[in-house]
Amino acid sequence: MKILVPIKRVPDPATTIRVLADGSGIATDNVKWVINPFDEIAVEEALRVKEKQPASEVVVVAVGEPAWQEQLRTALAMGADRAVLVRISPPVDTGAVARILARVAADEKPDLIILGKQAIDDDSNQIGQMLAELLGWPQATFASKVELADGRCTVVREVDGGLETLSFPLPGVITTDLRLNEPRYASLPGIMKARKKELKEIPVETLGLNLAPLLKVRRLASPSKRQAGRKVASAAELVSLLHSEAKVL
Amino acid sequence: MARSLGDLDFFGLEEFLAPEERLARDTVRAFVEREVAPVIERHFAEGTFAMELVPRMGELGLFGANLTGYGCAGMSNVAYGLMMQELEAGDSGLRSFASVQSSLAMYAIYAFGSEEQKRRFLPEMAQGRLIGCFGLTEPDHGSDPAGMETRARRDGDGWVVNGVKRWITNGTVADVAVLWARTDDGLRGFLVEKGRRGFSTHDIQGKFSMRASITSELVFDDVRVEESERLPQAAGLKAPLSCLTQARYGIAWGAIGAARACYLCALDYTKARRQFSRPLAGYQLVQAKLVDMLTGITNAQLIALRLGQLKDRGQMRPEQVSFAKRYNVVVALEAARAARDLLGANGIVNDYPVIRHMLNLETVNTYEGTHNIHTLALGRAITGLAAFD
Ligand SMILES: Cc1cc2nc3c(=O)[nH]c(=O)nc-3n(C[C@H](O)[C@H](O)[C@H](O)COP(=O)(O)OP(=O)(O)OC[C@H]3O[C@@H](n4cnc5c(N)ncnc54)[C@H](O)[C@@H]3O)c2cc1C
Repeated sequence: MKILVPIKRVPDPATTIRVLADGSGIATDNVKWVINPFDEIAVEEALRVKEKQPASEVVVVAVGEPAWQEQLRTALAMGADRAVLVRISPPVDTGAVARILARVAADEKPDLIILGKQAIDDDSNQIGQMLAELLGWPQATFASKVELADGRCTVVREVDGGLETLSFPLPGVITTDLRLNEPRYASLPGIMKARKKELKEIPVETLGLNLAPLLKVRRLASPSKRQAGRKVASAAELVSLLHSEAKVL
Repeated sequence: MARSLGDLDFFGLEEFLAPEERLARDTVRAFVEREVAPVIERHFAEGTFAMELVPRMGELGLFGANLTGYGCAGMSNVAYGLMMQELEAGDSGLRSFASVQSSLAMYAIYAFGSEEQKRRFLPEMAQGRLIGCFGLTEPDHGSDPAGMETRARRDGDGWVVNGVKRWITNGTVADVAVLWARTDDGLRGFLVEKGRRGFSTHDIQGKFSMRASITSELVFDDVRVEESERLPQAAGLKAPLSCLTQARYGIAWGAIGAARACYLCALDYTKARRQFSRPLAGYQLVQAKLVDMLTGITNAQLIALRLGQLKDRGQMRPEQVSFAKRYNVVVALEAARAARDLLGANGIVNDYPVIRHMLNLETVNTYEGTHNIHTLALGRAITGLAAFD
């Protein structure tokens, strides 16, 4: 079993994000960068498959600048076997990333691609779906449980009404939801082993893809400050305010 | 609850760390955040050690991480220091456990043990499946270990040990004690395993500091020890002292973690709490305290990092370790006391980690060479005159 896990470099969720005054992006000084938490769950799930089927290979891939090596190394330290960095300078839109990943998948020929349902920076929630479409593979998004048997994959998905179970023949694409697993930390011996693992860099130009962006980020702005709440003295007052002020009753 | 874990890097020292050093730190930080922080106040309150964390620390490869071979991770000393810093941001008692296991017990076997002893103990200790302790201090000999009374006398082809060791971290839970004893040929080291006839241990009760760590007394009453259980390369006081140098190195880093936790907690607290017209952090007297904490901790970070670089190059001198242990622990203790003060009444309850760190640091100031003893060691180094005997 060969599993491809695309990962993205994002600001640590604990970082306080500051939007630049001109709205062109976020201030990156003092930002700590991490693997997108949903992608970390994807790495963990791939490693769990490998633990059950030791002949498996887990390949992590990122599409970004040289600094993204750091997150690939982290995934290698967690236990992934090798890494591929497709080097590209921003701006890159989701369509371009999906096309690049589809090309990497065509070369690597994995049985399964597992990736986060969305990245916590732009929250697009598009790459997995686009990738499945470009490859013509089945997809199961928002996975909370994954089982592999006899060349098929069974996925329990979190949907609005509850849980839905899908089953498809490999190869296919899975995107991970929060409750799929709890990712491991990179152990210290794992970190030392990762130093010797292969990290291949591919300049994006060599792939000969048309990556002209279809999306343009015009401006970023901070969400407006939330108003402080108000305490009411009684249920009667609440009902009357919902009626007279909020006009929802 | 105010934040107490997290980063403080005023002078951008991050760029001096190798990628694997950052990763090792992040692993330990995540471990402390997710697995230590939720249970540590309970352990401190109940006076118990978090034994359930030991196998986890073993899996993560924390024990003996800066040793090479025998199942150890083989990381740099800077990485090892960063680990200690993160563990102590959780609790000094947890860091003590790791220090004793790694720098005292494992290092003693690594540096002075026979090949057979190394193969038998080190891989198991690295995994946390065997626990070690280090018996040097005695009831009547603390700062002056050369005066120790515990004796090992030859008995046929082995030894018989008599004496008492006190204040021994991990004593009652250790599978193997590294024991230092006087012999006719001078000071020697022995590996005494749990359950040996005549060897008993009990815990010291009533501690107000290091409550989440085990501190014990070891009693040796005609304990038979084989020659194969002696550390063959250890001769004289310099053997245990070289182990202490390793542990003190880790403490110089560890203290920064406890201090950082106190500083971050006090910073958040004083920004959020309003008295009179504004947040406490808006008053000059409060800012002066915060700035002093920041300055002390940042100095300590610079010292620790430089010390680690020197150690990685094999150039670290013992008096530099004395400098770092002495200074960094005092800075941490002062930061903890200041944070305690800034939290007002909340500074004395375990809703916040500050009082626990403050109490723990009293031990850190005393063990591994008291503040005074390191002053004397440094005084001797710069004057060439020993002010103690
Ligand atoms: C929680 C805890 C865990 C410990 N774990 C271990 C362990 O695992 N293994 C181990 O072997 N030991 C351990 N120790 C013991 C520790 O190393 C000793 O407590 C320490 O060396 C100080 O010795 P003492 O307590 O006898 O104090 P003393 O040596 O009696 O010192 C008392 C005071 O006198 C000062 N003083 C002493 N001599 C001089 C001098 N010449 N000039 C000026 N001032 C002086 C000291 O600085 C101190 O302020 C532990 C201690 C504690 C509290």
